[in-house]
Amino acid sequence: MLGPGVAWYVALAAFLFGIGALGVLIRRNTLVVLLSLELMLNSGNLALIALSRHFHNGAGQVFALAVMAVAASEVCVGLGLVVAINRRKLALDVDRLSELRG
Amino acid sequence: MNALVVASAGGALVWVVWVVAAFSCLASGVAVVSFSNPFYSALALIGNLASLAVMYLLLSAEFVAAAQVLVYAGAVVVMFLFVIAYVGPRRETPWSGGPGWQTVGAVVAAGALLVEIVVAVGLQAGGSLGHDGTVGPAFGTPAWIGRVFLVDHLLAFEITSVVLLVAAVGGVILGSHTKRLEPVLVAEQREPDAEAVR
Repeated sequence: MLGPGVAWYVALAAFLFGIGALGVLIRRNTLVVLLSLELMLNSGNLALIALSRHFHNGAGQVFALAVMAVAASEVCVGLGLVVAINRRKLALDVDRLSELRG
Repeated sequence: MNALVVASAGGALVWVVWVVAAFSCLASGVAVVSFSNPFYSALALIGNLASLAVMYLLLSAEFVAAAQVLVYAGAVVVMFLFVIAYVGPRRETPWSGGPGWQTVGAVVAAGALLVEIVVAVGLQAGGSLGHDGTVGPAFGTPAWIGRVFLVDHLLAFEITSVVLLVAAVGGVILGSHTKRLEPVLVAEQREPDAEAVR
């Protein structure tokens, strides 16, 4: 394979996952938390595709496409929640949306 | 000799493209997390997805790169932008607002997660990640991935479609008007907002 080996791709995916996890933990705006979740899912996709190329196995790419579908579903439900929260004039703040805590 | 020169020049070119894509990938990831306006975060996510599509092309996954640009940058991020524009500019909750230890704890937890991933991958697969072979020209093309998807992984394909259908139904139910509940919830939730204003 020309260029960097698969370990470089996996290391990049790990760093991207760390950035996304930091965003999920540190941000309070619901929309930015969802965007950071997209970062984490994409880093998983990068690792899957790099290892699929490494092991000459197509299952990794198929699973990456399934992850894309799951990410689209997550965005659909998450943005539906955001719209519902916004319609009820609640704050888009993950710390203050705590009614389900019981 | 000539072929060797061409091959090494091609390798250097791939390295240059990889370094540029990796740098823009990490930079736009940091931008997604650090912009205080979610609209700019979503725009930075488009850059992140585009650089990841370049990575996929380098990994000879052409179909996934095209699907990445179409599905993510074309549909998901546009939907994000619509919702952000619908919600409007709200700057009241940019960063972790709790005590300082909460921010420090978040940074420490994310760093620990990163170290854990690196250590786990290095220990499990460090020996087997070194040597790379070549793949055939058909690897990653739409025809090949279509065969893999619809012959070898047909059940996963169908389950994916069911997942998407359920998510679409859930999104419609969440987005539909429930006027019955609205006055009660609004009345209950006015107090925290008033506290925040004070």
